[in-house]
Amino acid sequence: MELYRSHVLVCGGTGCTSSKSQLVMENMEKYIKEYNLDKEVKVVKTGCFGLCALGPVVVVYPEGAFYSMVTPEDTKEIVEEHLLKGRIVKRLLYSPTAEEDDIKSLNEVDFYKKQKRIALRNCGVINPEIIDEYIAFDGYKALGKVLTEMTPEQVVNEIKESGLRGRGGGGFPTGLKWDFTAKAVGDQKYVACNADEGDPGAFMDRSILEGDPHSVIEAMAIAAYAVGANQGYIYIRAEYPIAVKRLQIAIGQAREYGLLGKNIFGTDFCFDIDIRLGAGAFVCGEETALMTSIEGHRGEPRPRPPFPAVKGLFAKPTLLNNVETYANIPVIINNGAKWFAEIGTEKSKGTKVFALGGKIVNTGLVEIPMGTTLREIVEEIGGGIPNGKKFKAAQTGGPSGGCIPASLIDTPIDYDSLISIGAMMGSGGLIVMDETTCMVDIAKFFLEFTVDESCGKCAPCRIGTRRMLEILEKITSGKGEMEDIEKLKKLANGIKASALCGLGQTAPNPVLSTLRYFEDEYIAHVVDKKCPAGVCKDLLQYKINPELCKGCSLCARNCPVQAISGQVKSPFTIDPEKCIKCGVCASSCKFNAISKQ
Amino acid sequence: MKSLAELEALRKSTLEKINLRKEDGDGARVVVGMATCGIAAGARPVLNAFMEEIAKRNLDNVTVTQTGCIGLCQYEPIVEIYTPGLEKVTYAKVKPEMVAQIVTEHIVNGKPCSQYTIGNVQK
Ligand SMILES: Cc1cc2nc3c(=O)[nH]c(=O)nc-3n(C[C@H](O)[C@H](O)[C@H](O)COP(=O)(O)O)c2cc1C
Repeated sequence: MELYRSHVLVCGGTGCTSSKSQLVMENMEKYIKEYNLDKEVKVVKTGCFGLCALGPVVVVYPEGAFYSMVTPEDTKEIVEEHLLKGRIVKRLLYSPTAEEDDIKSLNEVDFYKKQKRIALRNCGVINPEIIDEYIAFDGYKALGKVLTEMTPEQVVNEIKESGLRGRGGGGFPTGLKWDFTAKAVGDQKYVACNADEGDPGAFMDRSILEGDPHSVIEAMAIAAYAVGANQGYIYIRAEYPIAVKRLQIAIGQAREYGLLGKNIFGTDFCFDIDIRLGAGAFVCGEETALMTSIEGHRGEPRPRPPFPAVKGLFAKPTLLNNVETYANIPVIINNGAKWFAEIGTEKSKGTKVFALGGKIVNTGLVEIPMGTTLREIVEEIGGGIPNGKKFKAAQTGGPSGGCIPASLIDTPIDYDSLISIGAMMGSGGLIVMDETTCMVDIAKFFLEFTVDESCGKCAPCRIGTRRMLEILEKITSGKGEMEDIEKLKKLANGIKASALCGLGQTAPNPVLSTLRYFEDEYIAHVVDKKCPAGVCKDLLQYKINPELCKGCSLCARNCPVQAISGQVKSPFTIDPEKCIKCGVCASSCKFNAISKQ
Repeated sequence: MKSLAELEALRKSTLEKINLRKEDGDGARVVVGMATCGIAAGARPVLNAFMEEIAKRNLDNVTVTQTGCIGLCQYEPIVEIYTPGLEKVTYAKVKPEMVAQIVTEHIVNGKPCSQYTIGNVQK
């Protein structure tokens, strides 16, 4: 590696790649060559910076200039102005960083100010395809320390003392799980990494693997040493091609350096990792189904106990942790359990990564200390709700989770506070909803997902969730009765109590939590046959206000089903029988005479 | 990779090359004026000389960056050096031959080369 005066970091995460960051990078390299700067300036492909809504993102160091929404056409200007002449291209700077005649450090911008990047420490900083860069930022130091200075028991204790809890959704104390697996009796043990990430809208684990794959590899080796395993598996869905490719490269490089394989760091410890691709089924994120799938069978769960720590993969003791859980491990070893335990709240230590989506300005990836309030995430980090709309609720935990209503926006985000209000931490999906979101419709959306993803092995999940969905469809189409709401609650509690695995046990949560905080909306659908948020099509009617209508006939000409009729220059009317409620008339009317009611 | 020492050596040598990505670097910063006036006066060979000298001496932590025109075009190439604990020093009419001396005396030993600073060149 040569010494360069400037590094141009181009985001190669999935978000930016889909908005042409690859072409941005190629153009950048082309112009840098054209201007003879290729000995001075280096282009580096990195993982996700977090501000996905503003991609493609390009950061130029040493100035730390953060350019957003860079098009392939903009690259010439950046090279000519910034790299050649040293003049920052203000027009392309992420606007909160642009100051009069300087640039503000990214750490001072609202989006990053309240974040603390531990699991994402290297994302957007290193090139994930070059192991040396990971090593430069203390990579594999923790593995070296563990192998040469610590006993397996000491490692387990360090993790226990850190207070780290599983980031895959359950929040089980990680150290305890390591302890169980270490103490389990067996001639062969395994460690596994859950990179299935099936929660719709979530992309935390994907981004970690794309931006910093070695952190997970190093952590798995540490875990293997602690519990006495010599083989690891990473279970990742095939829909994550960039993450899979970078993992493969990283594993290859680690083997080449002897950081995976036999006698690591000259000790007796031997460990290797293989990748197993999943076909993208939500249930395969559940630990027993995941292991069944790795074994080559159909991905179905089985009852626990026995827990994986006792009888896991191939009936051997197995440690399974989530990607983000692993990504924290090397830092805990390097900085110490005490350092980690000082971050966060009493019972929830460290940070949590969230994929922020829905009705929010800064869609993207954020990592916050536990205990940060939802208000701080939405209003400060997230930049608020677009188009001046009001915050209504946020959904955490996806299809297994629940909603947090506006009245509880000051709830601190930690495992126990979320459970106490009927939501959950989940794996990190955070969907923000505004006043135009119908809570019954949202509950229906998540239930549609679980009905689709139910593996069908147990009746409560296979049949019960389908019946719940049918009731919700009845309610949102205006045919609901009051007793349906009671039926929903009864079914929900029955399924929670009797389903075989976590998928079924948590599937009713979105319904229960929207009923808890927004029962009036259900009642409005059932009794008044109205959708207060104006979402459920069957309960809406488009109407033309005769006082505002000028009779221009534009709506009638635009209507795809000829539902609008009238005489030019006198008010038109909509035939509700023909209307398909597409809304084209309302958006074409120049006089705002058409509204949905 | 068979030992921690090997890992540490690799860590250090790579870090030197990518340290400039750390926002709060605590090392010196060399800023070369590279607007049209600076380039016309020969700023690019000066910038390259700084890069070479810094690489030769393995000065991790030192970053070399550019800036635009600061309005004193007749004194270009202008180089500003920021070192922790010292005031900013502005050198004027810098030539590649001066660079080795500036790096050694100013950046390494903390003693600015006053004969090249703008105040003295102006007189
Ligand atoms: C339906 C279902 C889906 C799950 N999906 C995931 C997933 O995508 N990723 C994950 O890490 N854990 C998932 N889990 C949780 C895992 O079963 C398991 O608890 C977790 O991977 C353990 O790792 P941790 O202790 O590090 O969180 C899922 C659980 C259920 C019930």
